[in-house]
Amino acid sequence: MARIQIIAIAISILFLFYIVRLIIKGKLREEYSIVWIVCTVILVLFSFWRDGLEVVSNLVGILSPPNLVFTAAIFAIFIYLLHLSVVVSKLHSQNKQLAQDIALLKEKMEKK
Amino acid sequence: MNHIAAIVPAYNEEKAITAVVNDILQTAQSQNLSITVIVVNDCSKDSTFEIISKLNCIALDLPVNLGIGGAVQTGFKYAFENGFDYAIQIDGDGQHPASEIPKLINAAKENNLDVVIGSRFISKEGFQSSAVRRMGINYFKWLNRFLVGVTVNDSTSGFRLINKKVLEIVSDYYPDEYPEPEAIILYSLNKLKIGEVSVSMRERQGGVSSIGATSSIYYMFKVSLAIFYTFIRIKFKK
Repeated sequence: MARIQIIAIAISILFLFYIVRLIIKGKLREEYSIVWIVCTVILVLFSFWRDGLEVVSNLVGILSPPNLVFTAAIFAIFIYLLHLSVVVSKLHSQNKQLAQDIALLKEKMEKK
Repeated sequence: MNHIAAIVPAYNEEKAITAVVNDILQTAQSQNLSITVIVVNDCSKDSTFEIISKLNCIALDLPVNLGIGGAVQTGFKYAFENGFDYAIQIDGDGQHPASEIPKLINAAKENNLDVVIGSRFISKEGFQSSAVRRMGINYFKWLNRFLVGVTVNDSTSGFRLINKKVLEIVSDYYPDEYPEPEAIILYSLNKLKIGEVSVSMRERQGGVSSIGATSSIYYMFKVSLAIFYTFIRIKFKK
């Protein structure tokens, strides 16, 4: 086993443990952890199965396997960023509604 | 008699707000109108809330800053929940003279309108805004005419009257930032009758415009985008 492979496996597994720990401690909600767990599992998989990268590259027609890594990683990051923008937008509108309800309730309470 | 809510969004308006509220109350008395003033404090950093809670008005205090759209909508929600017949939006900086309120109400009654917009460009009286600002306003006029076929000369005017039917719609959805031009699209796609009356406006009596010089390009871009989104969303829902 090459040195880089051992390092990759170690880091991926550490990362996986860290995510699980965050979920257990309640600092990361389950719905946002799914994408991280999937990504880490893929990382672990390819750390063990070194030829896999080449196999998949050939499969989709990418000549140089590192390009597959970059393309897939950047694509995944874009998708996740978009997902976060959606989450922020949702929080924004919920925040607005809460603030308005608080203002209306405060007024109601003072009237009594 | 119709109950009218005068909604005044206020952000850091400690200098002008007292005069604005008293101006409205005076008009109500002299014209024999039943007007309740609702001031929405949009989490001002100055003493706006302390001042309005001592005035003869409903003081709504937002715990976080929502921007003009969110603040006005809070007033709309109050007016809708409390069964007002009409709501008039009046800026907190003293730009809109309360003496023009009866014009809006009469226009709504006489022509059976759902939305009445006070426009400063019909008879070209009073404060006319800067040349650059007018160019932007003309652009929105063109955009509205192109998309929904409604011509509103002063689409950025915040001096508006809406009736009960519209209150129900805007309590549910009202644009956030810079809501005025976008609201026109919202109204016309909901098949509401929109009219304009000529009013004269003053220069702001205090405070700062919600649109600074540097942000006007952002304003144009953001509002155009919002108008297109609203247009597509409502068009395709049906």
